[in-house]
Amino acid sequence: MAQFSWHMPRWFHQMGSPKWFYNFGGLLQPWFALAAVALLTCGMVWGLAFAPADYQQGNSFRIMYVHVPSAILSQSIFLSMAIAGAIGLIWKMKIAFMVARSCIAIGATFTLIALVTGAIWGKPTWGAYWVWDARLTSTLVLLFLYAGVMALNQAISERQIAGKATAILAIVGTINIPIIKYSVEWWNTLHQSSSFSLTEKPSMPAEMYLPLLLTVLGSYFLFGLVVLIRTRSQILQTQNGASWLLQHKDIYGAK
Amino acid sequence: MSSLPPVNSPLLSISDLACERDSRVLYQSLNITIEAGDLWHVKGRNGAGKTTFLRQLAGLHPVDEGEISLLNNNARVIYIGHKLGLKEQLTADENLTWLAGLNGSSTQQQRYIALERVGLRGYEESVVAQLSAGQKRRVALARLHLCKADIWLLDEPFTSIDQQGIADEQAWLNKHTLAGGAVLMTSHQDITLAQVKVLDLSHWALQCSTNEHGDIV
Amino acid sequence: MIRFISAIIRRDLLLVARQPAEMINPLVFFVLVVALFPLGVSPEASLLSQTAAGVIWVAAMLATLLSLELLFKLDHDDGSLEQLLLAPYPSWTLVLAKVFVHWLVSGLPLILISPLIAMMLFLPSEAVPTLMLSLLLGTPTLSLLGAIGAALVTGVRGGGMLLTLLILPLYVPVIIFGASSVAAAAQGMPVDGYMALLAAMFVFALMITPWAAGSALKL
Repeated sequence: MAQFSWHMPRWFHQMGSPKWFYNFGGLLQPWFALAAVALLTCGMVWGLAFAPADYQQGNSFRIMYVHVPSAILSQSIFLSMAIAGAIGLIWKMKIAFMVARSCIAIGATFTLIALVTGAIWGKPTWGAYWVWDARLTSTLVLLFLYAGVMALNQAISERQIAGKATAILAIVGTINIPIIKYSVEWWNTLHQSSSFSLTEKPSMPAEMYLPLLLTVLGSYFLFGLVVLIRTRSQILQTQNGASWLLQHKDIYGAK
Repeated sequence: MSSLPPVNSPLLSISDLACERDSRVLYQSLNITIEAGDLWHVKGRNGAGKTTFLRQLAGLHPVDEGEISLLNNNARVIYIGHKLGLKEQLTADENLTWLAGLNGSSTQQQRYIALERVGLRGYEESVVAQLSAGQKRRVALARLHLCKADIWLLDEPFTSIDQQGIADEQAWLNKHTLAGGAVLMTSHQDITLAQVKVLDLSHWALQCSTNEHGDIV
Repeated sequence: MIRFISAIIRRDLLLVARQPAEMINPLVFFVLVVALFPLGVSPEASLLSQTAAGVIWVAAMLATLLSLELLFKLDHDDGSLEQLLLAPYPSWTLVLAKVFVHWLVSGLPLILISPLIAMMLFLPSEAVPTLMLSLLLGTPTLSLLGAIGAALVTGVRGGGMLLTLLILPLYVPVIIFGASSVAAAAQGMPVDGYMALLAAMFVFALMITPWAAGSALKL
């Protein structure tokens, strides 16, 4: 990898220490959990029960409160994975690879949820579960990208190599996502007369988009929470036997 | 070819080198200086990291901790691993052609002489797939005579070589080190040369003990 | 550096000359896949001529992918990849040299045989030059992007399926613009825009592949 001559601040390198990350992540974890539960509950209850029905779609639009956050998160998580991977490659930081690894399953899950809810939403809107709509198609390709990353990560048994390989693939995928999206959108306009787009509402009343905002924020905290939990559990697995861990209050039997 | 440096001038310094495989530390805090004229026999039990150590020196395995620095920038390194790097479908001569071509070029005469030195006269135009395991290794070792390098990194160079061949190889090692070259090699056989130094990787292995819970500390 | 690249190219071409099947297999595969379509769908000329562009592009893509699996794997297995990486040149030169030979051996024959395939699928003859040109611009991109996957799965057992999984999503834009250009030509529409996009994607692949595949090989 390229060698960088400037120096990153101390906290940046601290973040690379398993001990620091484990402890700091442990501090953050309950707050992330609280924020995720509060925001998601408020947003969902508000959106599903109290927000006004759509004048065109009736109540079926309410699936948006699941679909839109999942769709947004599916892309953000891929990007986060690539950024974490790049940090790992450039600064040789093992924690970053663990974070990237933690992103894979949660990202794929959000993508799958986005696809399924999109299909369910499509039934009343288009009259069919699957339409080769530009957004659905590029989400499907994104799911394939996640599948590739997941398969590669599991195929390489040595963790360090798996981490680096996954990082390279995630970066290449991220660079390609805009090109794929553009090409799919272009292909879509070529083959179909413009279809009814799911999420591009010209004007949405505040009672409709505020709950959406809450669920999107809540989903981000949920994502953060899952990454913290998974990364910390990876630290436990790989730091098996490190002295700081044996004395940690979380470990059964530690002094 | 760079002219070989005087004996005892440092060629390669290894400082605080560590190797970790799947969170298991194979060796750490390895400090050593390789000098011209050194012949190091890298030892250790199976799985101690002998091959990884040679690969780290060659630059094939990432160095996450510690540093390996060539002290003489003109020093050339040759690595012959367990996998020989020969194309089975090509002849011995063709293999040497491309291998030598990676660093420079060679004439057919030079390649034939190198093959003769490893006892493969008459096999120059044989396809490698038809050679025996020992002969294949000899083809790979012929590079030592063809591409003059200062530091030889040899992973199990005696494997499947016959007794006479091993004696010949030791003679080359002797000549190379006396001329100011350096050799680091692994072998399960003993090297009978006087100048051999032993580098036992288990000295740098993490000392393991268990605490009262039976966990490795 | 030129000498290094030419040493690799000469070696790989020599290897292909010793085993010409390596060159012929992707070609046979390509023709075979295309021949299966009329058998599976319908031999009707009007239907085939409509789907020809897509079928040819998908088949070309699969043929490229299958031959890519061994791009670095054979060199990895016999240890010659180690020696190539130890040469005092950056690894991207190695990647470019190997990709070039791969394209020469598996991509170029596809382009040369494509008029025949086009005829079998009743593609209008005025679309054939576009088909060849789009393949000429597109197959190097396929080889380049595929090399990233090939480098990533080099040390992995049974990497063929994995390679397909990693790389096919990245091929989406190429197939869209490649197949659309041929379809447009069949309808007598201009194709300059498609060619420009295909060329742009080639340049793009040329920029990321050497870095990505080069660093993947060094893992």
